[in-house]
Formats: sequence, structure tokens, C-alpha cells
Amino acid sequence: MGNALLEMRAITKEFPGVRALSDVSLVVAAGEIHAICGENGAGKSTLMKVLSGVHPYGTYDGDIFYQGRECRFGDIRASEHAGIVIIHQELALVPGMSITENIFLGNEPRRWGRIDWKAANHRALELMSLVGLKEDPDTLVKDIGVGKQQLVEIAKAFAKDVKLLILDEPTAALNETDSRHLLDLLRGFKQRGITSIMISHKLNEVEAIADAITILRDGRTIETITVASGEVDEDRIVRGMVGRDLESRFPEHVPRIGEVFFEVRDWTVRHPISADRLVCKNSAFTVRRGEIVGFAGLMGAGRTELAMSIFGRSYGVHLDGKIFKDGREVEIRSVADAIAHGLAYVSEDRKAIGLNLLDDVKTSVVAAKLSKITRRGVLDEAAQYHEAESYRKSLRIKTPTVDEPVTRLSGGNQQKVVLAKWMFTDPDLLILDEPTRGIDVGAKYEIYGIIQRLADEGRGVIVISSEMPELIGLCDRIYTVFEGAITGEVARRDADPELLMKQMTSSRRLPTP
Amino acid sequence: MSRVRDLQKNLFGGTTSNARQFGMIFTLVAIVLYFQIRTGGLTLTSGNLIALTQQYAYISILSIGMLMVIVAGHIDLSVGSVAAFTGIVVAKAVTEHDVPWPAGILLGLAVGALIGAWQGFWVAYIGVPAFIVTLAGMLLFRGGNQYIGNADTVPVPEGFRVIGAGYLPEVGPATGYNNLTLLLGLLLCAAVIWREWRSRRVRQQMEGAEPAPAWISVLRLTILLSVIVFATLRFAGGRVGTSFPVSGIILAVLVIAYSFYTRNTAGGRHIYAVGGNARAAELSGVRLRRVNFLVMTNMGLLSALAGMIFVARSAASGPQDGLTWELDAIAAVFIGGAAVSGGLGTVSGSIVGGLVVAVLNNGLQLIGTGSDMVQIIRGLFLLGAVALDVYNKKQGRFSIIGSLTRPFHREPPAPPGAPATPSRADAKAAAAG
Repeated sequence: MGNALLEMRAITKEFPGVRALSDVSLVVAAGEIHAICGENGAGKSTLMKVLSGVHPYGTYDGDIFYQGRECRFGDIRASEHAGIVIIHQELALVPGMSITENIFLGNEPRRWGRIDWKAANHRALELMSLVGLKEDPDTLVKDIGVGKQQLVEIAKAFAKDVKLLILDEPTAALNETDSRHLLDLLRGFKQRGITSIMISHKLNEVEAIADAITILRDGRTIETITVASGEVDEDRIVRGMVGRDLESRFPEHVPRIGEVFFEVRDWTVRHPISADRLVCKNSAFTVRRGEIVGFAGLMGAGRTELAMSIFGRSYGVHLDGKIFKDGREVEIRSVADAIAHGLAYVSEDRKAIGLNLLDDVKTSVVAAKLSKITRRGVLDEAAQYHEAESYRKSLRIKTPTVDEPVTRLSGGNQQKVVLAKWMFTDPDLLILDEPTRGIDVGAKYEIYGIIQRLADEGRGVIVISSEMPELIGLCDRIYTVFEGAITGEVARRDADPELLMKQMTSSRRLPTP
Repeated sequence: MSRVRDLQKNLFGGTTSNARQFGMIFTLVAIVLYFQIRTGGLTLTSGNLIALTQQYAYISILSIGMLMVIVAGHIDLSVGSVAAFTGIVVAKAVTEHDVPWPAGILLGLAVGALIGAWQGFWVAYIGVPAFIVTLAGMLLFRGGNQYIGNADTVPVPEGFRVIGAGYLPEVGPATGYNNLTLLLGLLLCAAVIWREWRSRRVRQQMEGAEPAPAWISVLRLTILLSVIVFATLRFAGGRVGTSFPVSGIILAVLVIAYSFYTRNTAGGRHIYAVGGNARAAELSGVRLRRVNFLVMTNMGLLSALAGMIFVARSAASGPQDGLTWELDAIAAVFIGGAAVSGGLGTVSGSIVGGLVVAVLNNGLQLIGTGSDMVQIIRGLFLLGAVALDVYNKKQGRFSIIGSLTRPFHREPPAPPGAPATPSRADAKAAAAG
């Protein structure tokens, strides 16, 4: 490989209470495809934000050399001007505008001050053929598929005269064909001398396409492997990313399971808008005291809908079904009822619906049960502080004080705050929806420990997760959900990924082994 | 440097306060001093202070309700019309239907609550945006006022006028001052001292949390007490027969009650939760609809009260009452540091914001500025105040969020590059770019 196009040296980036990057180095040779791998929270995105000027010069330590010169980007414009274009996972396209309009958005070819649409369309066609997009340039972006939208993004990058193309999880939302096309495209760019950096979780793709791989873990560079050295294999990448064997990702735990205390029967819920769509079909399940019950299913299988409809009918229209707790039927018609009956629901999207992002840690912790800190109608601020402080200590929430706004905490610590908020309500049954989404390995381990502790206190815990190893490693029993119906029930000792996957993709209820 | 920061964080109002309000108080002081000098001492005379209180008490009452509406993420454009509508209903009832005036006031409050409930119903239970509901209400109740009053002016009897134009009566020995006003000032001093002491004690109970340094408490008390003593002597020592206005007392009671409610009760915190993240609040067991309904109903109630005080002050209800009040109230709330997107803001901040607007108006009038220029200056002022706030928030300094949520928190020296000092970093980056 040729000279280094980009060299990032000893980059350190701190957020209050968190060191997102420490002493990270990255060398990208001109004309190569360089993959960056790492778990969620390893610092990949932060590193790219530093590179592209989202975190401007002066807010990080370290140096960036690009094309042999030191660069100090003050904003995205500066880095784009230098030919560094980043394509984010969430595409930055305007759905209601045409392909041409999107490609030239903010960069319109002008003639006498007005936009020269003829030239724009002409150039758009060139760019589209470059990325292999066969569409009418007047087509609205919302009318084409995700794969093609991705190509529009790349065409947009080319309109800006890109030299270094950064793709963040480019194939995450694409199907097999579109992914293959995209990878071919990257190889084509390489031939044209364009350097690419690709962040990806799909190790098979990384292996197939990358010339070099840099692995990040917990904000540090672990190693850079070049394909030419012939040392690349998935196991090695995984080991580098995770830093330990998969076996020890879960704390040791001996479950103490009691009798069934929570039962749902014939649970049928329809979609809030389309009246003929059932999101839960005759679902029935049980939870025992001290038990961690998993719900496995593909995206859109209806697990979240099931959980939220049980939690005070906060999703969809309830059609049928009963809830029994401690042997007696309970009526749960609102979230307040659910909380009063000892239910807690920790949502999968903590930022959108789990937390009030204007709150600080202490007010977040007590938010779901203010009555507990109310004395004669008045909120007791000292009690609020003590409660929050005790959770800060017991859950090891990393924050200088509980007066800190929740937005300043890292994802894992925010998740702990949400857990504290629901533990504060002293629930009998906790429903945790994707409790470890978007948090790093270390915090995951701690959260697993918290979940196990909650179960050991005699509570029931439901864990909804899309990560198969998590379900198998954590849960005592797993239900599989497919298209709104529960299709199977697997005890821990029988759980293996293949069996679960079969049940998660089949509407036929398999005989329980 | 750290002393200055302590001062910024802690001087005014402990946990209620925010740096925005701190800035606002300084603006207020600056404006008062400016006009005091420009008018040759007219601004702080007894007569002017009393007039100022009477003239802006009803706007401030509106801004209390408006603060809660805005914190919950809504807006109310109908308050002026609702005030006018209630005013004419009460004036008619008292004057033409011989309803005793105390009953008339109760009637007015009931009408206001009913109107608020009507608007709250559409906002909370049907889901029509408050902007639309209250825009409709603005037309509806303005028309209602003119329909009932025949677009005419209806006078109100002497007794009724007390709530708008009345003063504390003269009692006790002749001291040369109004004794009840003096007593009120004394009570206020005691309350301020007690509150300071209590907030320090509460903070001390929280191990690990540092209370504000003692010198700040002393400084704050000194400033507050001198202001109170000065104001008390001014209000008590005015022209014979005048003293602290009844409308000012109503306002003070409401400010204390609503500050307490919004800060120290679950119901108050629910309003902030709904405005901060409605879905999250709902999933935490907050009854979203009920909160929205109550906030709108309360606004109706306070609009009615403001309308009646105005009618009492001007001795009659007319078809032009309450015009553009909604704008004054909204301006006060935003100048007082509330966020346009909801979830942030304080009652005391809104009152300070209202006070700034009032002094500005009053001062401009005293120096004989025409109403055209007054409007232009007020417009620019509103824009400037909120723009400054937005700018500061972007710079990471002096932000409402930051200071609201960590009023007592003393920062350790900021690590290099942390957002606590981005202003410098930005400046550097700008210089480099």
C-alpha cells in the first residue's frame, strides 16, 4: 500500500465523566479500504466525528494529518472541503425531494445566481451511473428503496469531490443483493483511487473487502491488521473487539426460582391504526418469582407491543385477554394501574420514551413514583437526594453527583438511571425491553448483574432482546415470538441459537422439547 | 474566578433560580437605575411604584398561568379575550342583576374555570393543538364580550373596585407610614430569612452535596432584605390613603402559592415532565390528559381573575379590555427564561420577566416616549433577550438547562476540552479556521 493518506495520532476525547477515546491512533493508506471494528460504545463514531469536524479542533487532544498536512477542522464544512465525506447510518436525505435535488442539496450548480437544473440533472445522471443507480433523477427519494437511497448518499458525496469516503454501517439496513452491490462499488472506487473507511459489524463483509482492519475497544486502539499479512480471521477480530471470551460475558448466577406469580392469558391486541392488524394473537405466558424470562423474536415480531400493551395498555387497542397476579385476576387499564400493581416497563428507546432529557439524575430516579418521596403533599428534596444517591452507589452509576443532567451520562449509565427509576417503584415484575442496546461491554456485564440481583430478590424479570447470546446467557426460560404469536417456549438447558431461530421464524408452534 | 461562578450559580433563589434569571435580575436593576437617572428620580417614587404594581399585577397573574401552559408545551392566545369576557359577565351581574360583589367575584372565577375547562377539553381529550383552540377562543370570547355588553362599557360598583384599585387600610398608631404595609414588609423579611435557613438545612441533610458557601447566603440575604426594606418604606410612605395595593397582595399570594406548587409537589413536577417528554411522562404513570386539562383550566381561572382586577381598577368593563394581554404574558414568560419547546421555566422567572417589561414600559412612558417607539423597543428587547439565551445555551455557558439542574453544584476544575469551557475552544477553532 502507498503512503498514508490519513494519520490520526494519539486522539483523546473526553466527555464529562467519560473518556470516549484515549490515545487512539489510526493510519489509513491512500487508496485502501480500511475497516474499523468494535463493539457499541468502543468509540468508532466518536473517532469519525473527531475526524469530520463534528467535534471541532480544540475539543480533543491529538493530531490529525491528512494528505501530509496537519488538519484542524472547525466544522463539517471544513472537512468536506478537504474531501472527507462521512455517510451516516441514518441517511441525511430529504424524502420529499428528488434524487437530483438531494444530490446537490447545499451544493447546487448555479448560473447567474439561479440553480441550473439542466446542468444539475446532467451531472446527476453521471454520478448515478458512477454508483450504479438506474433511476429517473426526478424520482422522489421516498419512493426508492433503502439500498438505492444509500446510493444517492454516495452520489451526493461524489458531487462534493470526495477523496476519503467514510461509511458508518453502510449495509446495516440493506438486503443481501444491495449489500453485495455496495461492496462491489467500494472496490470500484478503490480502483479510481478513492480511499474508504468503513465501520461495520458484519465481519464477513469486513473480511471480504477490507485491506486493513483497525479494532477499537473501550476507546482504545487494540490493533491494526493488514490483510496482506494474511492474519485476518473472524475469531481474531471478535477476540479483539470483545477482549474476553464469550463465556465470561455473564456473571455467575444460580437462579432461585419460585412459583408462578404472573400469568397472561389469551392476550389479543390490535394495531392502534389499522383495525384488521393484530399485533398480539392469543398470547399466553407465565413468569415465576426469581425467574428471568426471555422473549426472542425478529424485529417487528410484536414483543415490544406485547410488553407495552400489558403495561397499562400503553400500546394498541386491547381486544381480549386477562392478567393474573398471585392467582387473582387484575385489571390494568392505565400505566398508573400497572405501577400500582407492581409492574415496571423499561423501554427499548431510553432517549425517546424512557427519560425526560431535561431532568437531572435525581429527578429521573424518582419520576415514576413521586408519592414515595411526598410527605403531606410536599416533595421532600432531601429524601429525593438520598434515594438517588443510594441508587448511584448500588448501581455504580458513573456521575459526579446526582445533580448532573442525564444527557451528560453515557448510554450505559443512562440505562442504569432508567433501571433505578423503575427499581424505585419497587416492582414485582420488571419488563426490560432491549436493556443493553447501545451500551458497551463492561456496562452490559454490570446490567446483567443487576438483572440477576433483581431476580434473586424474588421479582420476576422479562427480558426482550434481539441478541441471541444475551437471551441464552441470561434467561432461565425463553419464549419465541413470531408475527404477534408466541411460537415456542424453551428452557435454558435446551436453548441453542438454531432452535430459537427456527421458532422465531415459524408461525407453527413447535412441540416444547 | 470560582467566586464569580459561585455567585452566578447561587446568588438568587437557590434551587428556584437559574443563571438566566440571575442575568434577568441584573437587567432589571440596570433598567431601573437607568430610568431612575433619566427621569430624575421619578421611577422609584412611592406614587410610581404603586401605580406600577396596580398596572401590571394582572399581567403578572396571567404570566403565572401562562408559565404553566408553556412549560407543559402549549400556548394560550385567548387570555385577553377570556379576561374581557369574564369582566363583562361579572360587571353585568353586579350592576344590572344586583348580585352582591363578592358573589360576583366567585361567579367570575367559575366562568373562567369553565372556559378553561372548555379549552382544556379540546386540547387534552380531543388533541387539538392549544394554539388553534385558543386562537378560536380568542375570537369566541372577544365576540362574546361584545355580544353580552353590546360593545358598550358597563361600570362596576365601589365595593368591587377594591380588588383592583384598593389599598391596605390605615390601622394602629400614626407612624407616618401605613402600618399594615410595614407589617407586611416585616413578615416578608422573616419569610426570606426562614427560607434561606431552611434551604441550607435541607442541603446539609444531603451528605455529599455541598451547600452554597455561607458568604453567598449572607450576601443574598443582605441584598434581598435591603430591597424589601426599601420597597416597604416606599409603599408605606406614599400619599395618604395609598399604600400597598390589594392587587399586589393578590399577586404575591399567587406567586408564593404557584411557586410552591410547581416546585414542591408531584402535580407541579408532572407539568414539567409532560413538557419535557410527554411519552416518557405517560409511561411513568403521569396522566397526560389530566395534566393538560388542569393546566388549561387553571389558565382560564387566572385569566378571569386578571380580567376582574382590571375591571375593578378601571371601574368599568369595556369591549377593548384585555387586548394584546396574551402577548405581554407570553413575552414575560419567555423573557423569564422558559423554553419554547416546553419543560423549562419557573414562576419566579416569569415574574421577573414581567417586571422587566413593566419597568421598561413605565420608564419609557415617564420619559415621554411615544407608543410607537415603546412598541419597537419592546419588540427588540424580547427578541434580544431570547436570542441571548439561545446563544448562551449553544455556547454551553449560562444555560437554563445547566443552571436549572445544577444550581448548587460546584464544578471541579473543568477538564481540558470539556463542554464547560467550549467558548474558549470555539474561539480558538474559529481563529484557526
